[in-house]
Formats: sequence, C-alpha cells, structure tokens
Amino acid sequence: MKKLTTMVLTAALATPFAAIAEDSSDPITIPIHNWSSQIVMSNVVGQMFEEMGNNVEFVTTDSQAVYESVRLGDVALELEVWEGAFGASFREALSKGGLHDAGDHDAVTREDWWYPAWTKESCPGLPSWEALNACAEVFATAETGSNGMYLDGPVDWLKHGQERVAALDMNFTVVNAGSAAALWAHIGAAEAEKKPIVVFNWTPNFAEAVWPGEFVEFPAWEDGCDTDPTKGPNKEALFDCGNPSTGYLKKAAWDGMEDKWPAAYCVLTKLSFTNPQIAEMAKLVDTDELEPEEAAEEWLAANRAVVEPWMSACAS
Amino acid sequence: MTIVSDANLAVPEGGTPAMAVRRKVLIGLFGFAALLTVLRPWLPEALIRLPEAMLLPWSDWLDVGFAWVQNDLGLIHVTREIASWLGFLIDAAANVLYGKSRWPNFEAMPWSVVAGCLAVLGYWLGGWKLALLAGGTMVWTALMGQWKWAMETMSVIVVAAPVGFAVGLLIGILAWRSARFEKAMRPVLLVLQTLPFYSYLLPAVIFFKVGPTAASVATIAYSMPPMILMTIVGLKKVPPEVVEAGKMAGCSRWQMLRSVYIPSARTEILVGLNQVIMLALAMVVLTAFIGMPGLGAKLLAMMNSFKLGRSFEIGVTIVLLAVTLDRLSKAWVVKQPEHFEKGTPWWQRHILLLIGVATFVVFMVLAQVIPILNEIGRRQSLSMGSEIDVAIKGFLNLSWVKETTGFIRWFFNLWILIPTERALLYVPTAAVIAVVTGFCYALGGRRPALIGVLFFSIVAGFGWWDRAMITLHSTLTAVILAMVFGMPLAVWAARRETWSARMIFVCDTAQTFPSFIYLLPAIMLFGITPFTVILSILIYTMVPVIRYTIEGLRGVPPELTEAADMSGATRWQKLWNVQLPLAMPTIAVGLNQALIFAFFMVIIAAFIGTRDLGQEMQRTLAGTQLGKNFTLGFSVVFMALTFDIAINAWAEKRRRILGLA
Repeated sequence: MKKLTTMVLTAALATPFAAIAEDSSDPITIPIHNWSSQIVMSNVVGQMFEEMGNNVEFVTTDSQAVYESVRLGDVALELEVWEGAFGASFREALSKGGLHDAGDHDAVTREDWWYPAWTKESCPGLPSWEALNACAEVFATAETGSNGMYLDGPVDWLKHGQERVAALDMNFTVVNAGSAAALWAHIGAAEAEKKPIVVFNWTPNFAEAVWPGEFVEFPAWEDGCDTDPTKGPNKEALFDCGNPSTGYLKKAAWDGMEDKWPAAYCVLTKLSFTNPQIAEMAKLVDTDELEPEEAAEEWLAANRAVVEPWMSACAS
Repeated sequence: MTIVSDANLAVPEGGTPAMAVRRKVLIGLFGFAALLTVLRPWLPEALIRLPEAMLLPWSDWLDVGFAWVQNDLGLIHVTREIASWLGFLIDAAANVLYGKSRWPNFEAMPWSVVAGCLAVLGYWLGGWKLALLAGGTMVWTALMGQWKWAMETMSVIVVAAPVGFAVGLLIGILAWRSARFEKAMRPVLLVLQTLPFYSYLLPAVIFFKVGPTAASVATIAYSMPPMILMTIVGLKKVPPEVVEAGKMAGCSRWQMLRSVYIPSARTEILVGLNQVIMLALAMVVLTAFIGMPGLGAKLLAMMNSFKLGRSFEIGVTIVLLAVTLDRLSKAWVVKQPEHFEKGTPWWQRHILLLIGVATFVVFMVLAQVIPILNEIGRRQSLSMGSEIDVAIKGFLNLSWVKETTGFIRWFFNLWILIPTERALLYVPTAAVIAVVTGFCYALGGRRPALIGVLFFSIVAGFGWWDRAMITLHSTLTAVILAMVFGMPLAVWAARRETWSARMIFVCDTAQTFPSFIYLLPAIMLFGITPFTVILSILIYTMVPVIRYTIEGLRGVPPELTEAADMSGATRWQKLWNVQLPLAMPTIAVGLNQALIFAFFMVIIAAFIGTRDLGQEMQRTLAGTQLGKNFTLGFSVVFMALTFDIAINAWAEKRRRILGLA
C-alpha cells in the first residue's frame, strides 16, 4: 500500500514536472569565437546537449558583440566570460536586461604582464616589476628609443597598461596589439633569437604549452585599486597594482533559456571546468591538430566521470 | 611637343581673371595654414585643437537615436523579417551544399559530385582550361580537408551574390530612370563602401541576427555598389537606334526594359555581376567578425592560435575559389548563345547538360562505394600545416631576410613614417582644414572646397582629431607608396598588350587575396609598427592604381600617339606629354579607388594595432557603445567623401577639357 502511494505520489509529482522539463526542439544556438579552448568547450557542451536529445547549432561571432546577441536571444548562452577582457560588455548587457549570470567555472583566470622563459637570461631579477623596470633598456626597440616596449592586449580588452606605466613611473612605452594573433606573432618573432620581450598574456590558453614563461609580479591587487587612488603603493594614482590573479570565468545565459530548454539550462548552471581541463581542451586542437568536434568527442570520452553527474542531476 | 597642354592652356600671358582669383585663393589658404603652423608654439590651445567644451555630444545623441529606431520605431521587426527570409535561403543552400539539417533535408553532397559538375560547367563556358581550374580548385579544397568550411562559406555567397545582383540591378534601373534618385543615391553608396567594418558589426548583429544572415547583409551592402554603377553605365549606353527599333515594334514599357534595354546592356550588367562575386569573396574574412561561417572564421581561428601554415593553406583556397568564380563568370559574359542547324536532335543540342547529369549520377554512385570520394576527413587530408609552419619560420629567420627587413623597418619607420606622422599631429586643426580645402579647390573648384571645409570641420567636431589624422596619415602614405611602386610598373606593362593582360590578371587575383594571410609574417618581420600597417593596406591600394593606370594608358587614342611619333617625340616625351596627360582622368579614378579602399581597411590596421580611429572603434565594442562607434565610423566616411568628391570633380573636368567625355 505504502509502495503504491509512493508510486502515485511520484507519478503525480513527476508528470507535470516532466511536462515542463521537456526541452524545445528548436536548436540551441551556441556562439563560438576565435580561440581554441572556447571552441572546444562549446563543442563539448553542445555534444552533451545533443546526448540529452537537443538540437544544437553553432554560430561564429565576435567575442564582444556576442553579449548583445545573448541578450536578444539569438544565441542561448556564452561559455567563457572572462572577467578582465569581457567584463565590461557583460555588465553592460546585464544592466540592459535579457541575459543573466549562470554561475562561475572553477577555473580562475589571470591576465597580466608576462615574459617568455628566455627573457630571464637578460634580466635576471625577474619576475619582480622593479627589476623589470631597472632593465627596461633591454626591451627597447628602434621605435621606442631608450624606453622598453611593452606589448599590451587589444584595446577592447580594457587593460590599462598605459595607466599602470604612468602610476608606477616605469620606463616603458606601451604599444597595443590589435588582436591575440598579433601578440603571438610578436612572441614568435622573438623566439628564434631569444630576444627579451614583455607582453600581455593570460591563463589558461594554448601559449603556456608552446612558450613557457612567467607573469611579472606587480604590487598585489587590492580591491578598489581601479577606483580608489589611495589603494596600492602610489597614493595618487589608479591602476598601480597588478591585475587580480584569480579573476572569474563565468557562464552567461539568455533569460528565456530556462523556460525553453529547462534541462539544458540546468546542465549549464551545473557545469564547471577547471584550469587543467580547459588547457587540455585547447591542447587537443592547438598541439594535437584535431578538429574542434573531434577534440570535443575525445575529451568527453576521456572525462565521462566529470560530466556524468551534471547530466544525471538534470535528467527529468 | 605639347599637343595636349597647348590645347587646353591656350590662354593669354598671366592667365585669365578667373585664374588670378584662383591663385589668390590658393595662396591665401596655404599661406594661412603655413602661418598657423609656424606660429603654433605661441597659439592659444583653443586654436590648435577644438576645445572639449565646444564638442557636441554626438555619441549621446546617436545612442538615443539608435534606441528609438530599434525599440520605438520597431525597425527591428522589419529587419528581422528580412533576416529570417535570408536565413531560410542560406539554410536551404547549406543543406544542399554540406547537409545542414534543414529544409529540404538532403544528405550532404559528396565533394566529388560538386567537383565533377563544376568541371563540366567550366568546360561548357570556356573549354578545357576552365574545366581544369574549376575541378582542380574543388579537388584541392577537398584534399586539404577544408571541404566543409568552403561549403559553409559558399552557402552564404550563393545567396548573397544573387540578392546583391538583383537588388543592385533594380536600384540601377531606378537610378537610370530618375536623375534625382541617382544623385541622392551616390553618397549613400559611398558611405556603404567606406564605413569601416567595426561600424557594421553591432547594428548588423542587432538588426539582422548574429550569424550567416548578418554576414550576408553586410556582404550584400558592400558588394552591391559596383553593380548599381555598371547597370547605370550599361543602360545609358544603349544606342538610340536600338531604342527606336524597340519603339517601332510597339513594345510596352516593361517589354522595352526586358527585351531591349537589358539585353543591350548585357555586357555591363554581367561585369557588374562579376564585381559582386569578387567583392563578396574579398569580404569573406572580414565578415567572419559578424558570423560568416567557414573559411574566413577558420582563418581567424588559425591565426589566433599562431598556425602560420594552415592559415596560409586556407588563404590559398580563398584565392583559388575567387579566381575560379571570376573566370567562370567572365566566361559567361563573353559566351554568346549557341545556334544549331535546324533539325539538330535534342540530345545533340544539350550534350553538355547530359554529360553534366551523367557526371552527377556517376559520382553519386561512386561516392557510395568509395568513401574517400564522399568525404575526406581531417586525418586523411594532405594538409601540410606544420611543415609550412616550419618553412615560413625558417625563411623569416634567414640572416639576409632579417637584415634586409630590419633595414626597411628602421628606414621607413624612423625616417619616414614616424616623423611625418608627428608632423601631421603637430599641425593645428585649422591649418589642416585649410590645406585640405585648398587641395579640393585646386582640384575641383568652389563646390568641392566648400564640402571639404564642411566635412573636415565635422570630423574636428566629432572630437577624434588626432586619431583621424593618424588614419589619414596611413591611408595617404599607402596611396603614395602605391603610386611610387605601382605606376612605373603599370607604365611598363601598358607598353604591350600581353603584359597588360597579365598584369591585370595579377591585379584581379590580388584583389581577393586576403592580406590576413601575410599579416602574421609581416608582424614577425616588421613588428607592430606603422610600416606593418601600411604594408597590410598596400595590396589594396596597389591594385586600383596599377589597373587604372594601365587602362588609362591603353585607352589613349592611337591617332594621338601616332601623331607624337610622327613629330619625332622620344618615347619619354611621348609618355610625359601625350599619354600621361590623356590617361590622367582614368588614373585619378584609380587613385580615388585606392584611397577609398585604404580608408575602409582601417579595420585591418586595428587588427595589427595602431592608435588610429580603428583602435578606438575596437574599444567601443567592449560595452556596446554604438553612438561613439558611429561618430568614429563617420569620421572615416567624411574624410573619404571629401577626397572622393574633389578627385571626381577634377577627373570630370579634365575629361571635358580633353574631349574624352
């Protein structure tokens, strides 16, 4: 009797739930950008959705303009929201409405001044920033004169290299690369002759595997370093600290996603990747030369145990 | 030995009164500019640059305007409706080409079928050579493991190019019927062609949905203008006798258009179609920023993970596809309808169609049996990405390569580019405006001069003057360098018919060559410096300079060159005094084209890294600052328009004087 009650109860509870939890058959559109870890991660998640019976489609987009598309529901989600590079676009879209924060990955991001390992030979005091400044001349180019050259990230990543050089009174000229590709070309050009360089870089990405190196240690980040001049060593300037070494890596979702694809949405909020996992995804494409789809299959096969709990937790 | 100059300079000693006025105005303007520049250290700040307080809040106004258009006017519903239609067509094409799961739900077509059918089409249009080119390109694409990407790209092009063609034809006809419409339309076309791509990005994504639809709209907008212009040219050229004949036959207006005008203008219209296809392919990489799938997107992804070899292979595929489509469409332009003896059986008249169908069936069947004819996977492909990587890096590392490029980098950056850029930034705003006005006045007269003052003042009023000057500096340098290197080359090539043809073929190919391919090696050699930026734009400025110079020189009437020969002119005198002056109006059009391309390409400069308008536009993408983005975009547009109007006015005037119009 008790058993029957339970069964009836479960059925009564489950039926309406199951009806709601049915995902729409419309394809879930996942945006992909032009760096490997994001493409592979999107494919991994896409294949998980497909296993759950959803239709999935991918669309190539710009990584800043994508937040406007998520907001309008043209794409359903975004899997890599970097605090440093895309925080501004994300917050702007958040304030306009239509998209929301779908939780953090375990992975933390770090974006800061970086040098490849060979640089240390010409400037042994590294990674301290004072030592870097002392050997600024080593980093000089024909165009910068006696100042060292620091190659900063693209301006739309809002990196404030210029402000930091001013705040810490460094002997460096800041040049902005226009794209990640330009950054890599710069490192690649220095590689053959082991020319000392200092550039903007971040982790996790594929470059760590290709060119071992370290981040420059600036005065540690304090909350408010970007808004309150009294924070950091220079009491009169903003941006006189290094970037936070544990920035977030978020997921974002379109507001309508939860109603349209509840099960997929549930998985999205549950899933979370770590730094080594993301590095592995990038490596499959960048070093092992797999296609992103194959890389995703391979990664999923090797990491069933990681994704299984997320999917079973959301199975209706 | 000045046949031409004598003819148009037949004026009294000291010039006409009009010329005296002209001289005074020019001296006044240039003198004013020189004075301001010399006195700069003593000038108040407000005279050097427009003070912040005087700038109008254009960005805020535009933001309000956009919000209104998007939300209150409801334009977004209209554009989204259009987008869904385009999306439907693109999806259908994508299904046929690579089996995307959409209507009409076919299986993916085996690559060998497409290759075979295109080869037959190539044979029908232009014989064995074209068959080999068309089939070979497809085989290369499949062998390199790029088949699916190429088909993704083509799925957008096969929709965008016909739509661009049809809409362009329609607008062209309307413009031909109404002079007022034509006048109103020209600046709009120019805006479409000069507004940098970073300005298309956000509106296209908002109004037309991110992905292939937005990409196709941007492609259509950019590739349509030449179609419109060619249609107008073609229709205006229809001989009156033909029109008379049509009228006598009692044609209605629609019949006149359909059976008289359009067939007579066939050649121009098809040249327009060819241009549409070429420009659409030229945009494959840039549109990848707003969702164009396929080759362009892959090229960017490869570059961002520093794979020189594979990005090079993709670049080759893009160029091959472009050359194939160019040749096929050009062969179609010259192909005349075939006529058969009466009584030729049906199968004989349609023999190639039958062969095409047979090829289709045979390869369809073969592909079922031999999987490699159906699909070539990444692992089976012959891509040699990493080998090319090593080769390129090795080459860049040769000591003589490094020394030469190191010298070039040092010389151009430190002795030419950086000093001239600093100089331009030193000059007070008002002085620059005066010089530009003087330039426009000298070229085109009063109206272009007034437009110059107005447009450059607007640019100053937008508040991005320094950045605008850096953009202006790189575009002007790229055009000047293109002249220095391109014109002698073109003059040399123009001496022989065969050399000219070969040179123009190289130009056609280079036009579709995405400079993204050599961007990474260029950065590795020349660093992130002004010279690399110029180098990346140079290919786009060289092409029109060379092409129009050749066309201008070849177009000089033979009577005149013969006359020069008879009066005993040396080759040099003939060139200087006869050919170049007569070709100048055409060359000017080429220079104008070069300038417009250069302005448009600021996006590539931004990809490398500069401090110009493009960089600031890139910044606006973070945080979706539409208003600011458009003030920056229109700073580019207004500068481009100024030069366009002045140069065209000059070319027009010269043509009239030389009796070429």
